Amino acid sequence: MSTPTVKEILRSIAAGETRARDWVEQSLRAIREIDGRLKAFLLVDEEQALAAADRIDRAKMYQNAPLRGVPYAAKDNIVTRGVRTTAASRILENYIPPYNATVIDKLQQAAAVMVGKTNMDEFAMGSSTETSAFQKTANPYGEDRVPGGSSGGSAAAVAAGLVPFALGSDTGGSIRQPAAFTGCFGLKPTYGRVSRYGLIAFASSLDQIGPFTRTAEDAALVLNAICGHDPLDSTSSRQPVPNFADGIDRGVKGVRVGIVRHLPEEGLEPGVKAAVDRAIQQLEAEGAEIVEIDLPHMEYAVATYYLIAPAEASSNLARYDGVRYGRRAEASSLIEMYERSRSEGFGMEVKRRIIIGTYALSSGYYDAYYKRAQQMRTLIRQDYERAFEFCDVIVTPTAPTTAFRLGEKLDNPLQMYLNDIYTIPANLAGLPGASVPCGFVDGLPVGLQLIGRPFDEATILRVAHAYEQVRDFAWPKPVLGVAE
Amino acid sequence: MNYETIIGLEVHVELKTDTKIFCGCRNDSKSEPNTNVCPVCLGHPGTLPVLNERALELAVKAALALHCKINQKSKFDRKNYFYPDLPKGYQISQYDKPIGEHGYIEIEVNGETKRIGITRLHLEEDAGKSMHAADGSHTLVDYNRTGVPLIEIVSEPDIRSPEEARLYLEALKSIMEYCDVSDCKMEEGSLRCDANISLRPVGQTAFGNKVELKNMNSFRFVQRALEYEVERQRERYESGEPVIQETRRFDEATQTTVSMRTKEEAHDYRYFPEPDLVDLDIDDAWLERIRASLPELPSAKRRRYVEELGLPPYDAGVLTSDPKMAAYYEAVIAAGADAKQASNWVMSDVSGALNAEGKTFADCPIPPEHLAGLIGEIASGKISSKQAREVFKFMWETGKSAAEIIKEKGFEQISDPAQLQPIIDEVVANNPKSVADYKGGKERALAALVGQVMKATRGKANPTLVNEMLIEKIKSL
Repeated sequence: MSTPTVKEILRSIAAGETRARDWVEQSLRAIREIDGRLKAFLLVDEEQALAAADRIDRAKMYQNAPLRGVPYAAKDNIVTRGVRTTAASRILENYIPPYNATVIDKLQQAAAVMVGKTNMDEFAMGSSTETSAFQKTANPYGEDRVPGGSSGGSAAAVAAGLVPFALGSDTGGSIRQPAAFTGCFGLKPTYGRVSRYGLIAFASSLDQIGPFTRTAEDAALVLNAICGHDPLDSTSSRQPVPNFADGIDRGVKGVRVGIVRHLPEEGLEPGVKAAVDRAIQQLEAEGAEIVEIDLPHMEYAVATYYLIAPAEASSNLARYDGVRYGRRAEASSLIEMYERSRSEGFGMEVKRRIIIGTYALSSGYYDAYYKRAQQMRTLIRQDYERAFEFCDVIVTPTAPTTAFRLGEKLDNPLQMYLNDIYTIPANLAGLPGASVPCGFVDGLPVGLQLIGRPFDEATILRVAHAYEQVRDFAWPKPVLGVAE
Repeated sequence: MNYETIIGLEVHVELKTDTKIFCGCRNDSKSEPNTNVCPVCLGHPGTLPVLNERALELAVKAALALHCKINQKSKFDRKNYFYPDLPKGYQISQYDKPIGEHGYIEIEVNGETKRIGITRLHLEEDAGKSMHAADGSHTLVDYNRTGVPLIEIVSEPDIRSPEEARLYLEALKSIMEYCDVSDCKMEEGSLRCDANISLRPVGQTAFGNKVELKNMNSFRFVQRALEYEVERQRERYESGEPVIQETRRFDEATQTTVSMRTKEEAHDYRYFPEPDLVDLDIDDAWLERIRASLPELPSAKRRRYVEELGLPPYDAGVLTSDPKMAAYYEAVIAAGADAKQASNWVMSDVSGALNAEGKTFADCPIPPEHLAGLIGEIASGKISSKQAREVFKFMWETGKSAAEIIKEKGFEQISDPAQLQPIIDEVVANNPKSVADYKGGKERALAALVGQVMKATRGKANPTLVNEMLIEKIKSL
């Protein structure tokens, strides 16, 4: 842990020791130095980033901006006006959005500076960032390892110290799992906490934007800037927004930490389990009360998710038809144009999910698949409601394994899907979840997942922060990362 | 064999909102192509719909006017299909929880009131317009109409003849106009109609194979297409051939229907709840506010005209068919005119003059109080009905009141016996032959004498008075 946190940068700029330009230049330098091998970025816009930094350094209006001068990266499924946004898909290879996502506007108002767009699984479909149509991103802790996914580029960029924070999106674990694999802090807010306007939809009822940072406190600072009701997103919540950094250091005394009785442990690596258990013991030592809770329907979460998410995706991705923007294949008829544009434009995993989703919604199958999946989703949500009567936060491993090898699971989609077994339930229930680094196994990071009540990100952040103060494992230097 | 005709109609009505249903673009599909568009209605990646509350309000208003039960818990669904004028690859519509259900419309058939059931009314977004090159080389798409709010109104298969279908459409249009939810201009596409029609032998309960008819651009064409289809289907049955379940298009040039596609090519729309919008939960107070804002509807108005104003049902029907006409009529009687006289003037003279100039009652050059004034002048005997038509013309041209015109143009009727007596005396003196004929029993001879008096007074003499005075004079000879 060498590169500065968001908090440190803010302090330094506020104190007049440094300027936005210094940090943006440092970030761009690090990207130039490291990203050739890391391949976290799909686009870096040096000119625009430096110009933004200079504007922030000059203008008085930014003096009290909450993220003044802090460089960041955005996952390439978050649209940026005038800056190519591809969702890592050939079908949007040359797409220049005419508008900004709400989070991008908010970060601009907060005076953060975007340096580039990060690699991801195509349309956020994947758990390793390998389904990107453009490049494979390495894990900073092992060049032959995946960074997790689908927000692998953002995770790798933060883990390698290229930026102090990055935005990702999480539909079934796409922030938390890569955070775990790369030793970052990753937060998926409650569904509705952050506007989805401008997030290229994968599964609308599950998608949520959130930050990758080095610490829980940094995540609180970023969440402060990006959350809140958005009139452009009907599903964004009007729940009051606290200052998430306030009271983050209140400790865990009296906090009831739920652990799941009969947690599905098939495929759970012993080293991961040991690291998570050790973290739980440390929380208990800090005064948390450990309680056992039941999530009886958790075992059905993956199956439920792999009906609902592809069903929504099959519809969300229908707009990529070659008519108005994006890739259009030459053809002699309309049908042929559709077929060729989409055949050439989408990768295997995206096609697989479109087909599954189309099937699940088909007349005659809807009741057996989509409708039953929605019913199961309700049961899973109710499991959590009941569990939260007995505890304030639930902890599990973020993923059953550490980062696997590039290519290891690419040809086995079911195995890949099972990597999301612990993260998917929070999306189905719409709950906030985070992953905090809790150890290393064979040099690879392990993540502890914390799940909270709806709109209670504050408790997750507080528990994670308390844990960060007492964790005592040895933190190796990343193989690919900024030198001290 | 005798056959019974079974018809059901699906009508799409564009709602008269300022902006589109899910974005802030202007609801105006007549502008230059692709000028009222934005990332949302063009279906750009990452965009989301936000419901225009005004569209919901108008839909609920329409549903209430059609006596529908309102589903206060309602939702939107996605109807998935690919077409270039559908930017998202799905239409946001309503599937199993439409805004309104179980309504009806009343029509007058052969002097009797018949109820046509309405299965459902739902809210959805319109698609764009595709324009295909004549040589098939390319298609251009105008997205101005994309996202214009629509309601779809589906009738029960209660319609039994092509004429009833037209009456249903006229009644529906009139109700929509009363509620001010739509312009209902079929030729501009703000009201569109598809029909389902099947025949079955009288007495049979099962329905025959139905045919869906499209591309009918006026109420007349709807009736024509259905009439053609009744004949076509009957001929097929009678010659022992089955009627194929299919979609047919009305061809204006030949006034016939032509096959478009058969059922096998039907879409699977894969409906599922729209996850980008929250479920609708219409509260009682809001619903009551909409209900209270409903105007008196044509059927109730028609009843009132007959029962309270004593108008013949025909008059009541004509006057209430257009809300602007009814409003004009009511203003005329409010200004004191006799109900039946006012009805005559509004239905014939005013309506005729407006039609001739392509105007509506909203821009009638004669204000209702002026027409009431004119009717009053006739009733008081100041001018004759014949004069009144002349006065009407001047009122139309100048916008002045009847009294002003009568004064200016000297239209005043002479009803003063003292003023008329010398003229009567002179006419009788100068026309001994007519006088003798009348005395000899030729009643018609009197008319010639009246004519002379009218001529002498340039038509201003009160004809009734002239009649009486002439008879009196001749008797006294």
